[in-house]
Amino acid sequence: MTNSKEMGGSFDEFENSLKVQSSKLKSLVDDGDVAGALEVISELNNARDTRLYLEVGLLTRSLHESIRNFQIDTSGSTTEELSKIEDASDRLAYVVEMTNKAANKTLDLVEETMPFAAQMKNEAQSLKQEWDRLRRKEMTPGEFRKLTTRIDTFLEALTKDSGKVHENLSAILLTQDFQDLTGQVINRVTSLVKDVEENLVNLVRMAGSVDAITGTVHDLAEVENGIEGEGPQMNAAQREDVVSGQDDVDDLLSSLGF
Amino acid sequence: MEVDLNKDMKILVVDDFSTMRRIIKNLLRDLGFTNTDEADDGSTALPMLKTGKYDFLVTDWNMPGMTGIDLLKTVRADDSLKTLPVLMVTAEAKRDQIVAAAQAGVNGYVVKPFTAAVLKEKIEKIFERIDS
Repeated sequence: MTNSKEMGGSFDEFENSLKVQSSKLKSLVDDGDVAGALEVISELNNARDTRLYLEVGLLTRSLHESIRNFQIDTSGSTTEELSKIEDASDRLAYVVEMTNKAANKTLDLVEETMPFAAQMKNEAQSLKQEWDRLRRKEMTPGEFRKLTTRIDTFLEALTKDSGKVHENLSAILLTQDFQDLTGQVINRVTSLVKDVEENLVNLVRMAGSVDAITGTVHDLAEVENGIEGEGPQMNAAQREDVVSGQDDVDDLLSSLGF
Repeated sequence: MEVDLNKDMKILVVDDFSTMRRIIKNLLRDLGFTNTDEADDGSTALPMLKTGKYDFLVTDWNMPGMTGIDLLKTVRADDSLKTLPVLMVTAEAKRDQIVAAAQAGVNGYVVKPFTAAVLKEKIEKIFERIDS
């Protein structure tokens, strides 16, 4: 960013003049020239004030620019779907809604399909037993007639139910299209967050320059928090303080006597 | 080892996401447990636990309102509930957290994403230990 470079350059200049002036001050004091020394001090003060105003001016300008930059991505969406969503939290809420809908639809379809699968399996098992009896010639003609009717019914039901299972599986397949849509939204939000971070880093850098000029020291005490939920861990495999799966959890618990 | 589990036992599933509750309920049903109820965080779960005579608690950790770890601590501190078996099913995967849950008296700990087999194994292990 040009601002920070420009500012960094001027800051070095200010530092240089500070060095020159202070050695001049020292020699004036050593020589006993109090009036001259006071003049240098007042010059130094002026230089500092001017720098400070300049820094604050730059900081304000950069703040405005950054705030404006934050808006660019949020309003400039291309697809119709995204244009309705004005800011990142709205977009993420949309992701939550989409994933929630998809998960519920999938669960609905699975719950609807499972009984069909169970029924097919049960009836096939029971028919297999009857069929085996027939092949062992243990069946009376009356039982055989009953069996043929059952097989008829079973085959009819199988055709219908397997059609339903196939239909539901296709619907589950289509429901996964949320990944494409939410992926696009998340990618946009990610790039927005990156921009915001870049701008914030620049702001912090500028604020640092102002701190250096005014000699401000911030007392940023670390806030100690209790153990809190953090949600899913990324890159768990590369982290020492995080388990990388159920096996790790089991090992840890068994080391604790579980 | 196959354990003879009481399939009629009453189970409370606590998770703030309704889809995760549905998944867990479906998995439990597949294991033969059909007597299940749901709550969306610790503060809704607690009054249910106090009046509902539950045999088993399956809870998430990270929830708005009362978290799973606080629910576990509250359960362990309550005279009528302190022996209730508790399985934590959570995305929380820091070693500190697992140790904290163990110290708070959790009976089992499953990290998300998990499989049906893992859930089954942990439930069996919990009741195997209780029965022995």
